[in-house]
Amino acid sequence: MDFTLAPAVLAYRERVRSIIAAHHTPQTEHHQHTSGTFNNPALNRALAADGLIERAVPGLGAGDPIELWVLFNEMEKAGAPLDALAMAVMIAGVVQHVGTDAQKAAVIPAVTSGGALICLGYSEPDAGSDLSALTTRAERDGSEWVINGAKMWTTMAHEARWVILLARTDASLPRHQGLTMFLIPMDTPGVRVDPVHTMATERTNATFYDDVRVGDDCVLGEVNGGWRVMGVALSFERGVMGGTNPGVPLLRHTAAWAQESGRITEPAVREKLARVAIDNHVAALLTQRSAWIAASGGLPGLEGSMTKLFASESYQKASRWFQEMAGAEGLLQLLQPGAAAHGWIEYDARHSPVTTIYGGTSEINRNNIAERHLGLPRMRR
Amino acid sequence: MELALSPDQRVLLEAFEQFFRRESAPMVVRRAEPLGFDAELWAALATMEVWGSDASLSDLCVIGEMAGRSVAPVPFAEHAVASRVLGWSSLFSGESIAGFSPRPANEHGVWSVVPAGAVADVIVGMDRDEFVALVSPPPMAGPRNHASAPLADRSARLGELSILGTRRDFDRACAEWKVLTAAMLVGLAAAALEMGVEYVQQRQQFGVPIGAFQAVQHALADLPGRIDGARLLTHQAAAALDAGGGGICDVANNDITDAHALASMAFVFSADIAADSTARSLHFHGGYGFAEEYDIQLYYRRARGWALVLGDPTTEYLALADRLWPDDAPARRAAGS
Ligand SMILES: Cc1cc2nc3c(=O)[nH]c(=O)nc-3n(C[C@H](O)[C@H](O)[C@H](O)COP(=O)(O)OP(=O)(O)OC[C@H]3O[C@@H](n4cnc5c(N)ncnc54)[C@H](O)[C@@H]3O)c2cc1C
Repeated sequence: MDFTLAPAVLAYRERVRSIIAAHHTPQTEHHQHTSGTFNNPALNRALAADGLIERAVPGLGAGDPIELWVLFNEMEKAGAPLDALAMAVMIAGVVQHVGTDAQKAAVIPAVTSGGALICLGYSEPDAGSDLSALTTRAERDGSEWVINGAKMWTTMAHEARWVILLARTDASLPRHQGLTMFLIPMDTPGVRVDPVHTMATERTNATFYDDVRVGDDCVLGEVNGGWRVMGVALSFERGVMGGTNPGVPLLRHTAAWAQESGRITEPAVREKLARVAIDNHVAALLTQRSAWIAASGGLPGLEGSMTKLFASESYQKASRWFQEMAGAEGLLQLLQPGAAAHGWIEYDARHSPVTTIYGGTSEINRNNIAERHLGLPRMRR
Repeated sequence: MELALSPDQRVLLEAFEQFFRRESAPMVVRRAEPLGFDAELWAALATMEVWGSDASLSDLCVIGEMAGRSVAPVPFAEHAVASRVLGWSSLFSGESIAGFSPRPANEHGVWSVVPAGAVADVIVGMDRDEFVALVSPPPMAGPRNHASAPLADRSARLGELSILGTRRDFDRACAEWKVLTAAMLVGLAAAALEMGVEYVQQRQQFGVPIGAFQAVQHALADLPGRIDGARLLTHQAAAALDAGGGGICDVANNDITDAHALASMAFVFSADIAADSTARSLHFHGGYGFAEEYDIQLYYRRARGWALVLGDPTTEYLALADRLWPDDAPARRAAGS
């Protein structure tokens, strides 16, 4: 096996690193943690100006999963906000794949310029892990669709230009088959966004759709083909667009704190730091494997499940260890005098719980692995 | 980047998968207890025609994983490492058995609880400041132990002594031993998981296979990603050693390519997953898992035994920390102050 990156990938990584270093600053970080909006428009635009976003969109530029992994992994390791950009890039890829010419013309330049965001309207108040139970519905009225319903956890809806909305268009079909994906401008009359604040400062939203009237031009892919469109999105994501190395900034911050405080000489501290370094490294290797499988023409769905499960569970373990290690100072938040690791340890202790929930919970990933990798009987539903 | 085995390695993998399945069936593993060495298997291994000194560590990892799958009662890692150090032209001639002591000799010149110590005619290891080889007749017996492994104490001084090099040379050999042992533990862990999965599909309780219960499914589903991670890490460490060592430890960027750090990481990570995989698989066998008659107990005991000959894993985590944060290592601090 050869784990080394090709010179071209290393050069690409250097470009990404230098742009992140220039635009992800203590000021932007501070803004993110006071506003609750985890997005850095200046960084996105700088990446776009260098052509890096266009290159990353699946099916557009280089379309290289290794580059996609490097881009989002570098952002994640640096602690730069990446989810908003990742969603936009992923959906641009879907539009490129299944969209109409008009949808492509509207969406792709808007995303590749680093300006436009697109949010995901999948989850609902009563449909999370079991998404196919969703009840938001779109009904035909002449040449229009009339959409009614509520979505939950529509992150970045307050900044996004579009939402991709999964709605039921035929209740007579089996649950997965009667769904259609819509691509709807957020300023369409009848769309409402209410903030939902979270334990980890980051804001998400509840979104409401009240007699929202759109035309066929807003259907993304085929009518009643929404589940397939979601599959296309997942196949682009492949677990390489961030979310598998959150332990890296945590370890960096904690090791720096241990050095500054002198705790680094304690064997118990050194042991935990070493263990987390191993887990971070393994999480990166597993992610690299997904990127490599994708680059070799495969679809690393199960490998992505295994990676996400391992990465998020081990990050949670690390964040608990480190907060305990830091003791009382590990309770103090960002910018508070005396806070261990300037408050990052406390922040990660608040943030880590969500990583085993969103993007497919640990249980859903274990179900996938048990049924589709280990071949154990499928018992639910 | 190429994360698959090479075509040659795939051939190697298939050949040795079949070889060990045929020659190291559970019956053979049991027959070799308690000594933990099977002379027939050892002789058969010598007939496999891949033992030129040009075999890379990566190739040996492929073979080691297959030996681990069958918990083969031969000192594969120790012999491979020692015979590489000794410069033998054929790694497995079927005649001499070489052993490797991952721990230095004590002040009396004794290597304690040496893997392969019960059966090897030559042991290589550290004594005082030198990396030495000592030829002496093997006891062909040793203390009964958890893993039924051929462990024994051996003198580092009484016998035919030759000096192989310095601590640096030992460190390199020890890194190789960690990587090959890690490969064997990966094979062991993967086989234990497969045994567990097979069992929970057969065994019925409450009118359904127990593998249908989510509690059972989920505890098993945690394992394959970690096993795959251990395999990748082991191969990365082997490739780094094959490339001659070197590399960096840039923890802040999660960029660790240092061969010795990777070898340590591969060893402890593989040992950890082998311990978990065998424990969970045994547990889901219920009472039968505890019965001598079932094979999972053979795996459970070796998962621990093969790794613990190096010592408390905490020590290895601390050694790794010293490589990752060298400026704060206790030795460096003591020297500086
Ligand atoms: C901060 C945040 C941001 C998010 N952003 C978005 C977004 O932008 N767009 C979007 O569409 N969604 C988003 N989500 C929603 C996210 O995808 C869901 O929260 C997730 O899929 C879980 O659904 P749920 O919250 O309804 O939990 P439930 O599905 O109600 O699950 C609750 C618990 O039950 C367990 N459980 C459920 N089913 C099973 C089962 N079959 N077997 C075993 N255990 C089970 C779960 O693992 C979990 O522990 C976001 C969520 C959060 C918290």
